[in-house]
Amino acid sequence: MSESSVYGLMAEFDSAQELIAAAHRTHDAGYYKIDAFSPFPIEGLAEAIGFHKNRVPFVVLVGGIIGGLSGYLLQYYVAAITYPTNIGGRPYHSWPSFMIVTFEMTILFAGLSAVFGMLALNGLPMPYHPVFNVPEFKKASENGFFLVVFSTDPKYDDARTREFLKGLAPRLISEVPS
Amino acid sequence: MATNTQIPVADRRAPVMEPGHTFVTIGEKVSNIVLKRPISLGWVLGFFIMFSLMNMLLFALGYLFLKGTGIWGINIPVGWGFAIINFVWWIGIGHAGTLISAILCLLRQTWRNSINRFAEAMTLFAVACAGVFPLVHTGRPWLAYWMFPYPNTMNYWPNFRSPLIWDVFAVSTYFTISLVFWFVGLIPDFATMRDRAEHPLTRGIYGILAMGWRGSARHWHRYETAYLLLAGLATPLVLSVHTVVSFDFAISIVPGWHTTIFPPYFVAGAIYSGFAMVLCLAIPIRAIYGLEDFITMRHLENSGKVMLATGLIVAYGYGIEAFMGWYSGNQFDSMLLWNRLHGPYSFWYLSLLATNIVIPQLLWMKKFRTSTFWLWVISLVVLVGMWLERFIIIVVSLHRDFLNSSWGMYYPTKWDWMTYTGTIGMFLTAMWLFVRILPMVSISELRTLLPEAHVHEAEEVKQ
Repeated sequence: MSESSVYGLMAEFDSAQELIAAAHRTHDAGYYKIDAFSPFPIEGLAEAIGFHKNRVPFVVLVGGIIGGLSGYLLQYYVAAITYPTNIGGRPYHSWPSFMIVTFEMTILFAGLSAVFGMLALNGLPMPYHPVFNVPEFKKASENGFFLVVFSTDPKYDDARTREFLKGLAPRLISEVPS
Repeated sequence: MATNTQIPVADRRAPVMEPGHTFVTIGEKVSNIVLKRPISLGWVLGFFIMFSLMNMLLFALGYLFLKGTGIWGINIPVGWGFAIINFVWWIGIGHAGTLISAILCLLRQTWRNSINRFAEAMTLFAVACAGVFPLVHTGRPWLAYWMFPYPNTMNYWPNFRSPLIWDVFAVSTYFTISLVFWFVGLIPDFATMRDRAEHPLTRGIYGILAMGWRGSARHWHRYETAYLLLAGLATPLVLSVHTVVSFDFAISIVPGWHTTIFPPYFVAGAIYSGFAMVLCLAIPIRAIYGLEDFITMRHLENSGKVMLATGLIVAYGYGIEAFMGWYSGNQFDSMLLWNRLHGPYSFWYLSLLATNIVIPQLLWMKKFRTSTFWLWVISLVVLVGMWLERFIIIVVSLHRDFLNSSWGMYYPTKWDWMTYTGTIGMFLTAMWLFVRILPMVSISELRTLLPEAHVHEAEEVKQ
């Protein structure tokens, strides 16, 4: 709690390869509240920082089921209950005709859940974030590869963590003010 | 063995990206088109022409709202004229964008990475143009919201057994999903633009659009999952949209429409015309904006191959239509075949065969596939051909009704032509603005193509 003025320590690396190696070693050293930043997705980096709970597929599945059910039930309600009309002598509950709208609604809801679920789980939009206070962090959308150890990590200690990060041979270490 | 045979093949083909690029040069090259490049006189002139065409569309639609659909060439029996022809044509063009962004993503075709962004933009603008037509064709477009199911004081609900309502759902879902797919792809690039922009206002605008994207590994992981799932959802969606459009015809009993070949034949035709539009736009854009490093001959040649393949499926569709006209023994079907070949519109049917089937066969030859000039000409020919196809399907089938007493002819009026060319103006106006305000090639996806972007897990374990 006393280090609340510091958000964490940031180390910058030269390449994706170095970043993923550093992430593995930091995680192995017992730092669990860490994050890595890169200009493009790096395979295995999320696993390296100990991120396994990806709930996006679940959100999409639920969205798709809700979309499909609501699409079908809407058509059933309209065609068989509230506004029954005889179209070409077909039964009111003519389910083959309802398949297309059901399908489209499934895709629509699942797709929107994928987008908004991903943004919500990522906590976006978030215009302000402490990492943006570090001037070098501008390169995170260009060619910079960053690793941050948060000050909330139980093992975090200003001096010792800095020493540990130095051992990973980064290009630069900077303190992230909160 | 496999690797031995692969090497020479790979050598003969143009690379997906020219060598010598780094993470920085990719960002620089793409974002400078928007951030640094001054607006040229040619751009302003082109924009002026396209914007004028778009205003002609507004004028034509204004007059339409005043007078009604009687100003068009439609009549009884030809109740569906230019509006539906153009609707099907535009929506088909959109399909290539989704094919490139979704289906080629699932198939792990890395060459898609440099053309998907503007192909998706093309999809959005084409679907927007397509959407204009059924709307104004309703006659009273200000009541078009009646097509959506919502509780109302009239106690009225739409008929879900009608393919026209399926169309409403298919097209609006398609537009929405294409829009969010495009936007999701843009988020990391907005962050690059934000960090590269020098003017505080531009930085602010791209900053708002980037929503605070910071490239966290957790974010990238969810992002990639969401993107892959969207690709998986968009794939059946794009196949369904033109299928549903073809149901507008196939569900009816009109000769030439009532066939089971329609859904696959429409989808193939859509991709055919869509790739033609991609080439039509990509060839001038890469030359003007110096993007030859990212949009290489490989992309153009591959698009040519897709056109050739889908064109052959379309040719098969024509063949089956003709065969069934003869084989069914149905007098109305065989009359349709005869009428296409010898009736009043036979010139257009023969032009259709020439533009859609005969001329594109040049793509079998590598010389034509690797020449930007010829590719551009052939893609224009295909665009005309696919428009003629919709004309033939709609007008020739309708103008000879079952009874001779209800035969007629269809002649488009100047209002039809003004609306049609107006939507081309609208499409190109949007395209004109797009190349100047958004990164037209996906920066983050291009970066993943560089060898430095790939980590080697094997070395990891040893450390």
